[in-house]
Amino acid sequence: MSEPILMKGNEAIAEAAIRAGCKYFFGYPITPQNEIPEYMSRKLPEAGGVFIQAESEVSSINMVYGAAGAGARVMTSSSSPGISLMMEGISYIAGAELPCVIVNISRGGPGLGGIQPSQADYFQATKGGGHGDYKLIVYGPSSVQEACDLMIKAFHVADKYRNPVMILGDGMIGQMMEPVVFRDEPGDAAIPEKPWATTGNEGRQSNLITSIYLDPEVLDAHNWNLYRKYKAIEENEVMYESYHEDDSEWFLVAYGTVARICISVMEKMRKEGFKVGLIRPITLWPFPKVAFDEVAGRAKAFLCVEMSTGQMVEDVRLAVGGKAPVHFYGRTGGAVPLHSNIEKRMRDVIAGRTPVVTDYLDTTTKEVEGDETSVPAS
Amino acid sequence: MKPVYLRPKSLTDTVTHYCPGCTHGIAHRLVAEVIDELDIQGRTIGVASVGCSVFAYNYFDVDFQQAAHGRAPAVATGIKRVHPDKVVFTYQGDGDLASIGAAEIVHAAARRENITVIFLNNAIYGMTGGQMAPTTLPGQITTTSPFGREHKTQGYPLRMSELLSAIEGAYYIARCSLHNASHIARAKRAIKQAFRNQIEGKGFSMVELLSTCPTNWRLTPVKALEWVEKHMIPVYPLGEFRVGEGE
Ligand SMILES: Cc1ncc(C[n+]2csc(CCOP(=O)(O)OP(=O)(O)O)c2C)c(N)n1
Ligand code: SF4
Ligand SMILES: [Mg+2]
Repeated sequence: MSEPILMKGNEAIAEAAIRAGCKYFFGYPITPQNEIPEYMSRKLPEAGGVFIQAESEVSSINMVYGAAGAGARVMTSSSSPGISLMMEGISYIAGAELPCVIVNISRGGPGLGGIQPSQADYFQATKGGGHGDYKLIVYGPSSVQEACDLMIKAFHVADKYRNPVMILGDGMIGQMMEPVVFRDEPGDAAIPEKPWATTGNEGRQSNLITSIYLDPEVLDAHNWNLYRKYKAIEENEVMYESYHEDDSEWFLVAYGTVARICISVMEKMRKEGFKVGLIRPITLWPFPKVAFDEVAGRAKAFLCVEMSTGQMVEDVRLAVGGKAPVHFYGRTGGAVPLHSNIEKRMRDVIAGRTPVVTDYLDTTTKEVEGDETSVPAS
Repeated sequence: MKPVYLRPKSLTDTVTHYCPGCTHGIAHRLVAEVIDELDIQGRTIGVASVGCSVFAYNYFDVDFQQAAHGRAPAVATGIKRVHPDKVVFTYQGDGDLASIGAAEIVHAAARRENITVIFLNNAIYGMTGGQMAPTTLPGQITTTSPFGREHKTQGYPLRMSELLSAIEGAYYIARCSLHNASHIARAKRAIKQAFRNQIEGKGFSMVELLSTCPTNWRLTPVKALEWVEKHMIPVYPLGEFRVGEGE
């Protein structure tokens, strides 16, 4: 266990990856994640690894495919537009069942969008993104420390299931500085044997890494094998945090940095006597449905807060299953939901007031409100 | 009795799916003979591309990865950087290498990746049913240039060997043809050179092989071989375009 070090999120993520035994990094510059490749270009050679700045994200992810298929612990990082370019490759990696880690320090979209923090890539990350029936394991860290811990975990989980894993951070996670403690990591030693990897067929039968199965029967069987794997991941890998789940009636739901703002809203409102709790999904896929089952009988309403026009809220509605209304509050494009607006919104939910856009305008800022629709679940 | 012609050890005993008269089979055999002669079967890793040779891994008895369309040089880069002591080659068609994968091949050469590229140029998209490729000849009829490739709107053939030979990171670039026995023998020498370069750490090597697609050219196998000689070689001159530079 090391002393706490004050580090920028992106650099801490890169350091965590190296400590987890990641030896190969392939990437292409894009804001706001540039400190990751920059750090890797300095530190990976020291660690006996290889850094390549590829000609595009298309190429980066295919280098990841090659290195993962060759048995290496490998990663790439990018931000939203670059991740979109990687989608074909990620689908191939999932189809060929290769372990790797992809970091998305996401920014506002669609298109070139902006470079400020956003959570608008939730659908892309959790619902496929690329073509075909596949799933990424997706982690949504809410602090620099958690990003580091999840980064290390991500490599193990990727190897365990031979599946790509995504760390879905936002620009705030990447850019802010916080103290981090690096736990002692076994590094290389923790990398399992990979007898399936392409290392040369000396003394054994040839190995093949592929995702093509032209025979419908065979491809069908392959897809159901993947399905069974995803079911096992749903059984074993769900992570979330619940706050005051035992006595709350009103629940905030948020992930990543937005969850931290919501926690302070929750704390303030509880001091004022409101029975407010909070659910923070850590795995965005598999989604922690169980957290909602646990509060099902008691919860009177949920308020999902995101830096998007409402993406995770759909999973919240599925998890709640119509047992209580699910409301939404969001800002986009780099605008961050303010504490005061979230609180106002929550007070209205509790009071049963129908929201009006201007109810949430915070006069202390120049912000313009986003979507304020409040849609009951049933 | 002494056998004079055997299946190379590095080829599997499998009937290929290639059309009768297609020279993909010859190219496979040459690569396998070279792997045998250099005694590198146990440490060779192939990368199959998307095109008629997508199932190359069924025919070569070496470790293989199947890459997305055009991305074989990037996949090979990933493999080679993990296993610098292994021999990594890609096997790509002209649609794969010269069209959708143009960026990947240019940058693999520019990075001086120490890999070997076998580039089958048959001036057409074979697998998808004979559409126009960037390498299609002027006037050539394909299913998407039904009136013949017209330069004013469809441009001119892309000469990848010439293009790549302008790149400093490229060590060896040669174009050969598979249309008759003497050229096949020459092609084998170039392929062997391209593998030897990699073993010696010289950097990026590519051998372009002018190849037939009798099915989509709508020609008999014999006429297809004649077509290579008469029509392709004038557009795609043979020879070594870059030798021993960029080390
Ligand atoms: C992203 C993507 N686009 C298109 C295709 C369809 N496709 C398969 S093979 C091919 C052309 C292959 O032609 P070439 O590389 O010349 O190989 P050949 O079959 O002629 O040997 C195309 C366009 C694909 N598989 N993936
Ligand atoms: S379609 Fe053309 S390139 Fe493909 S196997 Fe047949 S002849 Fe060969
Ligand atoms: Mg072709």
